[in-house]
Amino acid sequence: MLLREVDYARPATIEEAVSLLAAHEGARALAGGQTPVNVMKARAAAPDVLVDLADLAELRTIGFSSDSLLEIGAMVTYTQLVGSSEVEVARPILAEVAATIADVQVRNRGTVGGNVCVSDPTNHLPPLLVVLDASFTIRGSDGERVVSAEEFFMGVYMTAVGEGELLTKISVPPASDTGDGFSGVTIGKHGTYVVDAAATVSSEGARIAIGCVAATPVRATEMEERLAGGDFSDDAVREAAKGLGASLDPPSDVHGSADYRRSLAETSAVRAVLQAAGRRKT
Amino acid sequence: MDVTAPARSRTIAVDVNGEAIEYEVPARRLLVHFIRDDLGLTGTHVGCDTGNCGACTVHVDGAAVKSCMLLAVQADGTRIATVEGLSSEGELTALQRSFNEHHALQCGYCTPGMLMSATALLEQNPHPSEDEVRIALQGNICRCTGYVNIVEAVVAVGEGA
Repeated sequence: MLLREVDYARPATIEEAVSLLAAHEGARALAGGQTPVNVMKARAAAPDVLVDLADLAELRTIGFSSDSLLEIGAMVTYTQLVGSSEVEVARPILAEVAATIADVQVRNRGTVGGNVCVSDPTNHLPPLLVVLDASFTIRGSDGERVVSAEEFFMGVYMTAVGEGELLTKISVPPASDTGDGFSGVTIGKHGTYVVDAAATVSSEGARIAIGCVAATPVRATEMEERLAGGDFSDDAVREAAKGLGASLDPPSDVHGSADYRRSLAETSAVRAVLQAAGRRKT
Repeated sequence: MDVTAPARSRTIAVDVNGEAIEYEVPARRLLVHFIRDDLGLTGTHVGCDTGNCGACTVHVDGAAVKSCMLLAVQADGTRIATVEGLSSEGELTALQRSFNEHHALQCGYCTPGMLMSATALLEQNPHPSEDEVRIALQGNICRCTGYVNIVEAVVAVGEGA
């Protein structure tokens, strides 16, 4: 399909990328391109300038900060996450979930930064990064700022990354006494989620987030409070999930009614918490 | 002119099937159209043009990618392999022979993409299991065969090696 005409720039440094994004109205950062190219074909969006991040090698690294946070560059691909020894050691759930995103070709190009900056409510990583208590580093012409996952996801296709800004990395605390889980129902194996749930369980209790039921991931706070006592038996987790569905206001579409999504939210949350609890290092 | 100033077109330098190519492309041109229309390599097919079917799969720096979801300018500086680059001097690869022997195609439209995805798999994992083959081919849709013969053909290459 023919795209609308567009200008293209390939900066050599992050500073240059940020100044290009700030200097041109209608400029958009281009990472792997697995969403924006299709969006441009459909004329659902028509950026005037694409700022390709391909040459910014420092955005492609996975490592650890001085305070032991797992740091994932915004241009790290899903394939990189899947094969990373750092991720395997610190937070293997990230690799496990990334391995189920779309297909090999998309995983070879699609990036972590792209996944979160698109902020599509059905994307895999937003609910997961909310429960992992990830933080997001955003670079602008005035310098750097760090926001929490809950501040980062602002709406459908909307994040805390403003005009003239660039997401550079995502920092995730390593698992200590933590277990992580992810569950949901997809349209076909490795397809788009109808509803998904992410959970982490630690000595401090559980963090649970539901995806696909609102513009941004929804924390299951009541369920978390009921599990604060530390009983993660099947019965206790099922009991704690009761009422979660009724507290949500999910959309109805061809893949499922709002009521079906409410039901899936409870089931997915239970499965994610039980998986997390079973994996917890005690 | 500042080299990073935004521009409507860009002269890209790519290695396509071993041949060094410099070509000026509009920024909006998809990689698949560069390969098919500018280079005349029509073995790479356009199926859905939405990133679902995998008929346009090529290798960029050794990794299987869907060339309809990449701009040609994004491939600047890379090594591209298309289905035309698989065989050398008319000699089919073991995978291509296996497709023939296992009747792994009917209409053939998806075949170039299947071959490129399976070739990438075999380069990383020379003896894949049936499950590994199915995961590797998840991004390639075939509407004729039901996949059975395609999967058999790829597994057979690993068993014979």
